[in-house]
Amino acid sequence: MSAVAVIPAFNEEAPLGDVLAEIAEIDGLVPVVVDDGSSDGTAGVARNAGVACVRLPFNLGVGGAVRTGLRWALDHGAETVVIIDADGQHDPADVAALLAAIDAGAGLAIGSRFAADAGDYAVGATRRRAMRILNRLVRTTTGFAATDATSGFRAMSRPVVEYLACEYPVEYLADTVEVIILVRRAGHEVVEVPVSMRERAGGVPSARRFRLAFNFLRLLVGIAGGVLVGRRDGGRP
Amino acid sequence: MSAAAQITLAVVALGITFWVVRLVGLRRLRSKYALLWLVITVPLVPLAVFPAIVDEAGKFFGVNYAPALLFSLSSLLLLGIVIHYSWELSRLESRTRRLGEEIALLNARLDDAERADDGEGET
Ligand SMILES: Nc1nc2c(ncn2[C@@H]2O[C@H](COP(=O)(O)OP(=O)(O)OP(=O)(O)O)[C@@H](O)[C@H]2O)c(=O)[nH]1
Ligand SMILES: [Mg+2]
Repeated sequence: MSAVAVIPAFNEEAPLGDVLAEIAEIDGLVPVVVDDGSSDGTAGVARNAGVACVRLPFNLGVGGAVRTGLRWALDHGAETVVIIDADGQHDPADVAALLAAIDAGAGLAIGSRFAADAGDYAVGATRRRAMRILNRLVRTTTGFAATDATSGFRAMSRPVVEYLACEYPVEYLADTVEVIILVRRAGHEVVEVPVSMRERAGGVPSARRFRLAFNFLRLLVGIAGGVLVGRRDGGRP
Repeated sequence: MSAAAQITLAVVALGITFWVVRLVGLRRLRSKYALLWLVITVPLVPLAVFPAIVDEAGKFFGVNYAPALLFSLSSLLLLGIVIHYSWELSRLESRTRRLGEEIALLNARLDDAERADDGEGET
């Protein structure tokens, strides 16, 4: 098995079917749905599509679901992993470009909707501003000029999956932003690949943005902790 | 407040702050709990340096013994943290129960599957 597509899904029975159908078209990509304690028919949709489904007994959040998926991928001998949202926002047509970046030697390839030649994507002003701050945070801590640090559409090499399977920060924001910092500090190359993201194809958008301030502070504490410890033991991750 | 008391308070507050952040970096403490403690220790630093803030706040709220304000505030914060902990504990308890149930049911399904396999073998 070479590439595994980890699909975290929380109550996404409406859009999941189409997403799985699109992913099935990609050769050599083995999908696994991580049902994050959904109360709807998410697991049933995966089963009907003949796709492996890992059901968590309760909701662990996107980060926890992704981490579970990474461990499944390792168990099944994946060489590369790509993470795709279940709500249809990520276009499976971009998977090839992400995987190509990994084949070219990158440890982590991030699908950016704001890169120079990415498709158009509209976000609210507050969200956009928060995203800019997070991009800058990544740049000042790692030197990597991120344009879409919160993008969950990513591919990673097996060494990075092995590293993250036990280190993956499960908190919201940390699961995207802090991961970049961790992977960079562990000495892997991080690159961005322009992608076009779509409006979610169904289901309910997350209300997590209302907790953005709390999550942002939490992220800062996490990063500060990493920096503090990193300095003390000479930059080792 | 004497200079010695001020310095002690500031050093202790800063020390705890660094310790908490370091625990997060070592992954011994989840950042959400760290945030809880930082809410208490970080404001202590300016309070130690400028104790006049407490007196001003006392005047503002019409309290004649200003430090009482500090005491009530800190007990309120600690109360909040303890209540938060019982909430987290309750959540953890119900999750462990769920995990136990889940494993028991998985075992039962495994037994069923093994019995079905044996049955096939005999016929
Ligand atoms: N909201 C949420 N999503 C989860 C959770 N666990 C897994 N997911 C999945 O994680 C993916 C991303 O979640 P979204 O809520 O779409 O996050 P987002 O794309 O950053 O935000 P939106 O713009 O609101 O769509 C989806 O495939 C979800 O089904 C969870 O606990 N909460
Ligand atoms: Mg989404």
